[in-house]
Amino acid sequence: MELVAPAGSLAALKAAIEAGADTVYLGLKNATNARNFAGLNFTEADIRAGVELAHRRNRQVLFAINTFVQAGRMTEWRAAVDAAHDLGADAVIMADPGLLAYASDRYPDLRLHLSVQGSATHADAIELMKEQFGIRRVVLPRVLTLAEVARICANVSVEVEVFGFGSLCVMAEGRCLLSSYATGDSPNNKGVCSPAHAVRWVEEDGRMDARLSGILIDRYEPGEPAAYPTLCKGRFDVDGHADHALEEPTSLNAIGLLPRLAEMGVSAIKIEGRQRSPAYVTQVVSTLRAALDSVHANAARYSPRPEWNAMLARHAEGSQVTQGAFERPWK
Amino acid sequence: MNLLPFQISVGPLLYYWPRQRTMDFYAAVADSPADIVYVGETVCSRRHELRADDWLGLARDLRAEGKTVVLSGRTLIETGAEASALKKLCEQPDFMVEAGELGAVRHLSGRDFVAGPHLNAYHGGTLAWLANRGAVRFVAPLEMDGPTLARLLQERPAGMQAEVMVWGRMALAFSARCFTARHFRLKKDDCGFRCIEHPDGLDMRTRESREFLGINGIQVQSAACLDLLAEAPELAGMGIEVLRVSPQSAGTLEAIAALDATRRGGKPDAVSPPAGIGRCNGYYYGQAGIALQEVAV
Repeated sequence: MELVAPAGSLAALKAAIEAGADTVYLGLKNATNARNFAGLNFTEADIRAGVELAHRRNRQVLFAINTFVQAGRMTEWRAAVDAAHDLGADAVIMADPGLLAYASDRYPDLRLHLSVQGSATHADAIELMKEQFGIRRVVLPRVLTLAEVARICANVSVEVEVFGFGSLCVMAEGRCLLSSYATGDSPNNKGVCSPAHAVRWVEEDGRMDARLSGILIDRYEPGEPAAYPTLCKGRFDVDGHADHALEEPTSLNAIGLLPRLAEMGVSAIKIEGRQRSPAYVTQVVSTLRAALDSVHANAARYSPRPEWNAMLARHAEGSQVTQGAFERPWK
Repeated sequence: MNLLPFQISVGPLLYYWPRQRTMDFYAAVADSPADIVYVGETVCSRRHELRADDWLGLARDLRAEGKTVVLSGRTLIETGAEASALKKLCEQPDFMVEAGELGAVRHLSGRDFVAGPHLNAYHGGTLAWLANRGAVRFVAPLEMDGPTLARLLQERPAGMQAEVMVWGRMALAFSARCFTARHFRLKKDDCGFRCIEHPDGLDMRTRESREFLGINGIQVQSAACLDLLAEAPELAGMGIEVLRVSPQSAGTLEAIAALDATRRGGKPDAVSPPAGIGRCNGYYYGQAGIALQEVAV
């Protein structure tokens, strides 16, 4: 299985390659990708350097152009696809059908992957995108169980990529408007979720409030560790009961499931986190690299080593990890 | 005689209401000035007060009453059983189908269908693709603002109709997890169908008791009720052919009546959402969706 690593900067790209990633994925510095954060992403010069470095080491570079083209602004997204092609992308990760149509018409040889933002959750949806746009790989949403992933692998004619580690979306990706409901900006329309510009930390009597556009997302008592106010991971009041009503701050860790994913025919394991530091990339990629090498050497005897899980837990939200929907303990 | 040429639609019922309440609601819709009625269970395949054949029977009854009926497919497909049920829905020959996700688009290719609001048709390129597949109408993304909507209409293929949701709580997110079951500390597969106790979903407030979101099974909704009733003439003027009312436990028929009065040139009274539920219209005005811009009528 291929190890696909995030790169929010040239330094992160170098770190990923040094740590053993087979493939890195990156985005341009604009709203055409789903991590459109200030200070993040690649200028054209960075991309040239990054692609050159990766290709010299026989690694691949994927371009994420995975937001939705806003009416009247197609030229911006077309320019991103043109740039990906011209700068030597090994594949482009896209979600928008209209943009996929442009890319497959204009660049028949450009390899296309369907982004997780494309919300293809079952074989019929995935095959449609293959038939229509010739996608060669699908990135599966983080809402599927292992059994559902296995059924998809058995019933589609494209490669399957799944998330192996990183922040966890509990909602079907590409169709979540919670962030724009609170702030006006969403992954679909601006490439952001719970954007930093809308965050306010307010301390009062030692108590810390985390607000998003003024809306109280979480409240921390003195000494309680505070987390970034990602909307779906806040604490809210339902029927007088204040709790994480949607999801705890937790990260996905599928390291224990790698042999089963390999056996069912998953082609690639993706690490989330283009917004994270080069140090995160180094440590998470090298951990997943060691785990995948161990699976590839002898899947039957594979067992995740305690130091791998310890390392991943250090980079997890709230230091908590879950196997998420793969195992679905709440089912 | 309608002075404004828009049609009024009733979106699919997103909640789990007892069978009789559901039947009574649609009997009232049959007597209402609504033109188009979308029916079917789009949220949870475990809900069973009405089964697939019951929805089909209801569709026939509404058609007999003169309504144009569209069957709505689910918006999130996970299991094999759900995928099979969706295929069956798409293959029935009697009614047009609203595609809620891409698998339905595959099954419906080559026949007329409606592209639902969660298909992410944000620009003309995607509309052209959907029209090529057979879509005769699309429902605009909920988060789209007015000027962007106007541009989208300029980019739409000839002959493709546009529909915009104007009233009701908005479905903002979908998950594999059932949040209603989670709240009651129940397993999704042994949930006790507690959503039947919450005809407008469960309110999820901030810890300062501010109205924020609503929980409806695997859906997260806006707690506030979208209200673009006052903007109906403007939307019609842009060229929107269909305005959608999404069913709530109260106010739905009043919202339909208000739209009907508007298209006849009248000045309808404001419509109240169900008790305890606020209003919002921020998306249309380029703000956070939760915002409310009061409009002078």
